[in-house]
Amino acid sequence: MSVIYLLLSLSILVALIFLIVFIYSVRKGQYDDTYTPSVRMLFDDELVKSNKKLTKN
Amino acid sequence: MEMQQFYYDNKIVKKFIYATLLWGIVGFSVGLLLAFMFLFPNLTEGISWLSFGRLRPLHTNAVIFAFVGNAIFAGVYYSLQRLLKARMASNFLSNFNFWGWQLIIVAAAITLPLGITTSKEYAELEWPIDIAIALVWVAFGANMIWTILQRRQRHLYVAIWFYLATFVTVAVLHIFNSLELPVSFLKSYSVYAGVQDALVQWWYGHNAVAFFLTTPFLGLMYYFVPKAANRPVYSYRLSIVHFWSLIFIYIWAGPHHLLYSALPDWAQNLGVAFSVMLIAPSWGGMINGLLTLRGAWDKVRVDPVLKFMVVAITGYGMATFEGPMLSLKNVNAIAHFSDWIIAHVHVGALAWNGFLAFGMIYWLVPRLFKTNLYSVALANVHFWVGTLGIILYALPMYVAGFVQASMWKQFNPDGTLTYGNFLETVNEIIPMYWMRAIGGSMYILGALILLYNIIRTVRSGSDVTDELAEAVALTKVPSHRTKGEGYHTWLERKPVKLTIYATIAILIGGIVQIIPTLLVKSNIPTISSVKPYTPLELEGRDLYIREGCVGCHSQMIRPFRSEVERYGEYSKAGEYVYDHPFLWGSKRTGPDLHRVGQKYNDNWHLNHMYDPQSTSPGSIMPSYKWLIRNRLNKSATEDKMRAMVTLGVPYTDDEITNAQTSMNQQGKMIEESLYQDPDFVKNYEADKKYAKENGLEFIEMKDREIVAIIAYIQRLGTDIKVKDDQRITKK
Repeated sequence: MSVIYLLLSLSILVALIFLIVFIYSVRKGQYDDTYTPSVRMLFDDELVKSNKKLTKN
Repeated sequence: MEMQQFYYDNKIVKKFIYATLLWGIVGFSVGLLLAFMFLFPNLTEGISWLSFGRLRPLHTNAVIFAFVGNAIFAGVYYSLQRLLKARMASNFLSNFNFWGWQLIIVAAAITLPLGITTSKEYAELEWPIDIAIALVWVAFGANMIWTILQRRQRHLYVAIWFYLATFVTVAVLHIFNSLELPVSFLKSYSVYAGVQDALVQWWYGHNAVAFFLTTPFLGLMYYFVPKAANRPVYSYRLSIVHFWSLIFIYIWAGPHHLLYSALPDWAQNLGVAFSVMLIAPSWGGMINGLLTLRGAWDKVRVDPVLKFMVVAITGYGMATFEGPMLSLKNVNAIAHFSDWIIAHVHVGALAWNGFLAFGMIYWLVPRLFKTNLYSVALANVHFWVGTLGIILYALPMYVAGFVQASMWKQFNPDGTLTYGNFLETVNEIIPMYWMRAIGGSMYILGALILLYNIIRTVRSGSDVTDELAEAVALTKVPSHRTKGEGYHTWLERKPVKLTIYATIAILIGGIVQIIPTLLVKSNIPTISSVKPYTPLELEGRDLYIREGCVGCHSQMIRPFRSEVERYGEYSKAGEYVYDHPFLWGSKRTGPDLHRVGQKYNDNWHLNHMYDPQSTSPGSIMPSYKWLIRNRLNKSATEDKMRAMVTLGVPYTDDEITNAQTSMNQQGKMIEESLYQDPDFVKNYEADKKYAKENGLEFIEMKDREIVAIIAYIQRLGTDIKVKDDQRITKK
């Protein structure tokens, strides 16, 4: 059973890592805009959309 | 603004899609074979590597790590590049990830049927393969993070957060659950014993579901559902909230797999509390996925991709509603060990993972090959056959689980069990097993239709392995956020953050001080009469592990009147202190075995292993004839005992040096007891005579595998019985 202390500490550690990442991401402005990202991902950057063979230049 | 041109790596995505299809069909087919073994137990009679116990882990591993795993990689490699507007950082790492993962799967497909297993669910692979998994997984994560560092889009879309959480957490879980002490190249023992091993295993096992089957697929959902519907996700804010709450809560829920077991109550309750809380973030994700289709339901009517995704998300919603319900102790008391759990996991696997993967593949392949799907009609057929297959699989299993569990608990007015014979409860649900097999067949039929459709689509398309794309280079964030102030000046204006940091500081200190102190002592109540296994019993236990007996038989009697009446005294934590690994099991296709020791005589066990139906008419256990013929390999017994000593099992040096003698003696005793049955004597002497006359090698009964497994079974749960006898004689 004493292994539960290891598991609890690992669980807390994982949670802490995510907490730190969360704080970091907030500070870096990840969540400043909660609308644009959901729309931006809908646009494609691929240049060729037709059924054409593409050659590397 | 500088425009940069670069190429997306489509080749790696295609490879992972092909692997997903191949292993999916393999994994489903093994599952179907197993489903038919419930109906025809001796379908693969006499072929040890096709026996139920050895194939069950192959099925679960193939579906989870081969089918779902490759689907994750395919989806991540496609979406990550596009979300970051960058090619994967390293072609080498991408290919190392792909080929390494396939090699691991092949290694699993070879070792598991050979009975090379640790027996810990979803972590059955032996230590060299565990190391390979860790390496390949780190390569995947390194490639992902390296690509993130080279991105052209500063903002990380929510899907990427899910991918990152997946990488970090799976790595931690895999490493800590796989800590094992090697005995030889393909044999190891878990460093944890009994209750501890169970706790670590289900901390891992539950989070394998959470961070391998759920978080990566939520990431895929957040990419592919909006893409397929051409609608932004319903609420980006909700996606953020549910991401952080989900990953935080999930990791605590593991102990709900051990309710009413010998695990201390406080740990059980901790698991229940977090499991119930889980419904909020889970349904947050489900609602966010479904509502993404608001105003686009007309598209669902015509687009098979969206149909698959809708059923997938609905399946996720059902499974994550059921999960917290099953974690309530009163519900768990009924559902645990029954087919209810089989229904639950298959709603998750077939609907959520399977259908999201199928939807993703139907969407991806035409795009990767710059063509249209070969047949939308066939995709619709796949959708309906598959959906009906899921229903026909899950519903009968719910009924089966509920019916059988109720029968287990049914009492007569005089206080005896109504269904004292376990087999009565099995035979009652055979029709449900039939329906399950039919549902499963339909699901595979659907997968084959998918395969055909994809092959035709790929053939009609053109191969674009490196896809040209264009995006603006990454620009620096203006520094006005932190301009002109020191870090602590900033922190001082943020009381909440200051508190959080302070808490972290306290916790780290506390962990460092408290954990080592506590790890030294064990708080399992020890029982003085519980002794280590004899060498022969230890070998028998390894056979029990090899044959996967734990797949159908639990060794954990819960403290219920119905279970104590049926099986005997409830199981206590102190009885498992020498069990590396624990063998509590999670399913009772057959009865619990924790107190089976001394319940039947040795001849009964021999006959039962040779032909289960002869001792138990109507039994669906397959025969284990090879155990009766094979010579027991005693070459590593001393090494095994020494490994056990390292893990804290108190074998003395004398016991280790005398292991062979001890095994010989105990084997002889069992052989003598077998001689009580005239039928056995007749057959055995005839075999002996036949071997002598034909000059064949004859293996004496005491040296055969069956003797070891009988020794182990007869020992099970008897240590505390001895104590009772002593108490009686003292009086």
